[in-house]
Amino acid sequence: MAFIKQFGSYLPPRVVSNEEIGARVGCDSAWILSVAGIEERRFAEDETVVDMALRAAQDCLSRAGMNADQLGMLVLACSSWDRRYPGPAVSVAQRLGLTSVPCLDLPMASAGSLFGMALAAKLTETYGDILVIGAEKMSSVILREPMERGVAILFGDGAGSCILSADSGCARVVDSVIESDGTFSEDLQLKFELPLEMNGRSVILQASRKIPRVIEMVLGKHGHKAGEVDAFLMHQANQNLIARIASALGVAEQKFFTNIRRYGNTSSASMLIAATEWWQKCGFQPGVPVCFAAFGAGFNWGAMLVEGVTAS
Amino acid sequence: MDTREKILGIIRQVSKPGANPEADESLFDSGVLDSFALPDVVSALEKEFQIKIPDSDLNPRKFETIEKIEAYLESRT
Repeated sequence: MAFIKQFGSYLPPRVVSNEEIGARVGCDSAWILSVAGIEERRFAEDETVVDMALRAAQDCLSRAGMNADQLGMLVLACSSWDRRYPGPAVSVAQRLGLTSVPCLDLPMASAGSLFGMALAAKLTETYGDILVIGAEKMSSVILREPMERGVAILFGDGAGSCILSADSGCARVVDSVIESDGTFSEDLQLKFELPLEMNGRSVILQASRKIPRVIEMVLGKHGHKAGEVDAFLMHQANQNLIARIASALGVAEQKFFTNIRRYGNTSSASMLIAATEWWQKCGFQPGVPVCFAAFGAGFNWGAMLVEGVTAS
Repeated sequence: MDTREKILGIIRQVSKPGANPEADESLFDSGVLDSFALPDVVSALEKEFQIKIPDSDLNPRKFETIEKIEAYLESRT
């Protein structure tokens, strides 16, 4: 059995408006809002991915009332890191004072945090409390020349985190389903030192079908319908995509907590940043289901069903 | 109603009013379909032609023109 103990997040302070990014790529702010539901995003300036991941980790540990030395493992989802190896996980652990816990990097973009949580839920019985972080400095990717308008407008920087525990927490992990299919692996890819390549039509087409299906799969395994779910905490890819998924599931769009308007798409960080804000505003209710879901490059996608243990 | 007319009918349902694309005209480049309309077209094709289109067939290029959609549907019969 596994529990979510706590969430945490960090957003760099510099706000980048649609006007600012639009001026760089030649489009107006209203168009960005209409095609993606984004008004602004955050860009890190001097901060690295490791800096942001560390801040999100510290936020999570502080909220949980834990010290880093109580962790048994660290998982870091990040695809905007600039070195082939080692990945950023060991650097975050080292700055937390951890020099012997196992660290795992998941360089798999938007579904990384969901996969990290799903794996951590299985591993926590063995390793103890596991810190899962999603951190991205997407500005370092999207500002590479030649900038592509449809990509540059979407992304922002930030980090989110959570702690999975075998003992106790505010929500019990009921189950998860994670899946991968490399058929369209070239439709969303980032090669070293090159701009991000995205076939938006392919991404939306696949995500529109795979996300509702995997959500219904994990809910159906436990006798739940989408309408019974208190909140959907999804990767914040695009507001229009989230609306489509809500419609496909037959639930009100308001059930999907979103903050993409303020932060844009922060790739692997977005779902945990959203979860942190949702948790602060709403929180888990005992026995009430909440569903996480994500889709990203690969394609990799999945959903996790949890239910509240104690009112938070 | 033949296959091509049915495809055109589906495209008109999900696109802007008055759309009348040529059979070989790109539905994307012409603005008849945007990225978010394409999943609706695929779902409507599955319903109209009573087929299940596997995710592995969902390459947008296969659905770029009415001719290509028609060819795909013929390949499924």
